Amino acid sequence: MNPDVKYFLQLVLSGLTKGSIYALIALGYTMVYGIIKLINFAHGEIYMIGAFTALIIGGVLQITTELSPLVILGISLVAAVFYSAAYGVTLEKIAYKPLRNAPRLTALISAIGMSLILQNFVLLAQTSDFLPFRSMIPDFSFLIPGKSLLTTTQLVIMVTTFVVMLFLTLLIKFTRMGKAMRATAQDKVMAQLVGIDINRVITFTFVIGSATAAIGGVLIANHTGQINFYIGFLAGIKAFVAAVLGGIGSIPGAVLGSFVLGMTESLGAGYISSAYDNAFAFLILILILIFKPSGLLGRNEVEKV
Amino acid sequence: MSRTILDIKDFSMVFGGLRAVDHANMHIDEGEIVALIGPNGAGKTTLFNCVTGVYTPSEGDISVVSPLGKSVRTNGLKPNRITELGLARTFQNIRLFSSMTALENVMIGRHPKLHAGIFGAIFRDSKTRREEEAVIEDSLNILKKLGLEKYANDSASSLPYGAQRLLEIARAMATEPQLLLLDEPAAGMNPQETRELDDTIKRIRDDEGITILLIEHDMSLVMSLSERIYVLDYGKMIASGTPEEVKSNPAVIKAYLGE
Amino acid sequence: MNRLLSEAKKSLITSLWFMVLTFPLLVIKVNTRDNTVVWRWMNLLWVAIGAFGLSWIWRRMLERREKGNTRIQSSAWREKVTVFASNRKFQISGLSTLALVVVLFPFLVKFYQVGIVTSALMFVILGLGLNIVIGYGGLLHLGYAAFYAVGAYSYGLMYLYWGLPFWVALPFGAVSGALFGLVIGFPVLRLRGDYLAIVTLAFGEIIRLLLENLSGFTKGPEGIAQIPRPAFFTKLSLQGATTYLYFIAIALVLLAIFVIKRLEDSRVGRALEAMRDDEIAAQAMGIDLTKAKLTTFALGAVWAGMVGVVLAGKTTYINPGSFTLMESVMILVAVVLGGTGSIPGVILGAFLVTLIPEYFRALADYRMLMFGVALVVMSIFRPQGIIPRVRKRYTVGGGKE
Repeated sequence: MNPDVKYFLQLVLSGLTKGSIYALIALGYTMVYGIIKLINFAHGEIYMIGAFTALIIGGVLQITTELSPLVILGISLVAAVFYSAAYGVTLEKIAYKPLRNAPRLTALISAIGMSLILQNFVLLAQTSDFLPFRSMIPDFSFLIPGKSLLTTTQLVIMVTTFVVMLFLTLLIKFTRMGKAMRATAQDKVMAQLVGIDINRVITFTFVIGSATAAIGGVLIANHTGQINFYIGFLAGIKAFVAAVLGGIGSIPGAVLGSFVLGMTESLGAGYISSAYDNAFAFLILILILIFKPSGLLGRNEVEKV
Repeated sequence: MSRTILDIKDFSMVFGGLRAVDHANMHIDEGEIVALIGPNGAGKTTLFNCVTGVYTPSEGDISVVSPLGKSVRTNGLKPNRITELGLARTFQNIRLFSSMTALENVMIGRHPKLHAGIFGAIFRDSKTRREEEAVIEDSLNILKKLGLEKYANDSASSLPYGAQRLLEIARAMATEPQLLLLDEPAAGMNPQETRELDDTIKRIRDDEGITILLIEHDMSLVMSLSERIYVLDYGKMIASGTPEEVKSNPAVIKAYLGE
Repeated sequence: MNRLLSEAKKSLITSLWFMVLTFPLLVIKVNTRDNTVVWRWMNLLWVAIGAFGLSWIWRRMLERREKGNTRIQSSAWREKVTVFASNRKFQISGLSTLALVVVLFPFLVKFYQVGIVTSALMFVILGLGLNIVIGYGGLLHLGYAAFYAVGAYSYGLMYLYWGLPFWVALPFGAVSGALFGLVIGFPVLRLRGDYLAIVTLAFGEIIRLLLENLSGFTKGPEGIAQIPRPAFFTKLSLQGATTYLYFIAIALVLLAIFVIKRLEDSRVGRALEAMRDDEIAAQAMGIDLTKAKLTTFALGAVWAGMVGVVLAGKTTYINPGSFTLMESVMILVAVVLGGTGSIPGVILGAFLVTLIPEYFRALADYRMLMFGVALVVMSIFRPQGIIPRVRKRYTVGGGKE
């Protein structure tokens, strides 16, 4: 294969991988924003806690048992999803619920506080160093035709993301809870009047958002091979950028935004400069908010006067 | 014939696919009290928002004529520019500056009439000092005119509901408008307060020479106050004229009572 | 009795929940390098006890908040303080004592203490500056440290390339801070509160990345070293310069208080606060939001610019690592803790944020955790801060009380 073409394809695939991870996190942002109109600043930390839980549970099992890697992966994934969801729900109860009727800035400050708490909790309870994360995804690259282009982990990430998206779309389109979520996002008061339990919808939204973030956390840990307490911050900001890019509140928007961002970063780092790969995300954020604040797929909101 | 202050020609406002106001025409002359009525959702507040620059009209022309007779097309101008042209408004769902006192709310209304900048504020030269003294004096006077002086140092959000509505009027008057737009000034007031409001609005027109356009649902207030009435229904201006003419207009009766 | 039981039950459930929640992170420590697992069961006990007690207190506080008790109490308390503080005699004696302490301080304590207090004073100025943006303008700015960096690098670069001294750099830092405020302010004009927060954060990070990567110009991550301390006619000893910087910081604090106080009682300050309370109503009162927002950013950034120069002169070494998001967040904590919009509040907040970790070394590791807790607790239970803003009262008939 022509090396230039190969390089390009590698960048595209790595962009898709990045985009998949962003998408898994961005979904939580966008769903929570849709329901309670709050940027859940601590959402990145939920993702980080997912990765840490998988590292701890997986590590214990690897060291003390003889289970096969796939079983360990399964157990640690379930643990990560459970713990992320639990932290997400708890965080909502403590820091956001008492502020539902408070000014938005107050709630946002509370969210920033929660993000600091979770980061430093993990820092103090574990360590500030990067911990190596042994990949639990078995290598079956011999099955993949273009194996020089794509690692197994990358493939797993993309497939998992696709499945999660499909599942979420079905959930929101067809289930009772999904309908309640859409109703609440549109008009909270009206939803309450027709008998929807807002608190349950909010809890459920945090569960789903946190769980998808946890899956993202486990996958990224497998992919990069190391994690620390701070990984949630940057990933969270970038996923937020992706959500805004796609149009915050819109689920397909979050996915589209994530892939656009992942691609831009990957191609930008590959062809322009890797020193600025984080700056691309911020630049995109600023440009989109200046020129199309409603995002790619978002609706224009008219403020009621 | 007296001078036209506000002239709305063939004006429409479209949100998405919805025509909130559809080819409406309207004009207000100096010294008039005019009411804009219509069922809920007829597009009255949308019209207000377009006139005051909160939204940009989709079609048509809105022009404001200055006291010297110069006409300015205001489509797309920012709200603060329109305030400077002599239009001031109140809001249907009260929007006072809630962390400030009643007096400070009125002082903010004086903003377009003052000149002090950052350096004036920091060095507080004699000109700025005089201006600041005058602002307090003038704002208190406006509060007195509306009988609100006893609330001067109270937080605006702690005022009784009726007083908050009046404070909105006071704040708008502080900008020294030629035309005052009142969005449901009597909403939530008791009959006693409404009667007093009736007098207050007449006094504002007679003593201050401020022309008035109001949106109101309280028909007895509308009939007692206004010299001319416009009726908006589903975004269309279906009637206009004196209270008597409007009252007997079959289209208006149909709009209000249904078929 | 029944009530007590049901409360105990609630706390027990919370306690159990938190034991489950913190189990993997607090109890298990896996070392994936040398394959060891450490089980720290004692931690679980602490969580159990802590969560039981704290959840009880938390519920009491929420109840009190619901009833609005705190407000009534604090206002009665504040009344007394106000009456006391407005006593002319008290004011004069209090202020002169304070002035005396401030002047004598550097000669009474060890000089490294002077350095610490100078840092705290610098933080006071940063807090007062950010308070203009958040407290008056109502714009949640999470990239404030970028303005600080602009000031510091103004001096650093002016020294590096032209050899210019501190006193030339100080006004220049102020001006470049303000200009920078305008540059950042312009693109974010149309943004609402929460978007604004994220975009300012992004700007802050971009500035830091630029400082790190434009290494030809800024010396990159290793930073600029050997920046001279300010000279008082002649070069000062380390001790002399420390004392000198202390007085410079004091002077800047006084200047900031004076200027902000004046702005507060002016047409400009009122316009900013009106914008904070309600943008649409403010516009309807003839306030130009574009101008008001740019003014807010410029007025806020001036102070960070100046303090940045002081920082460069104090530490003699600057690098991009001093201007991270954490720095911005710490300044935010000072403002929120003390009281947004309240000058005495922000001063207190800045001292708490800098001096507590400094003097309680044991707490230093828990610093950021405590700041996080402070942000959450203040937002929920006391959004107005420890010393809330007191609004000015006017005597009816002109003038003020």
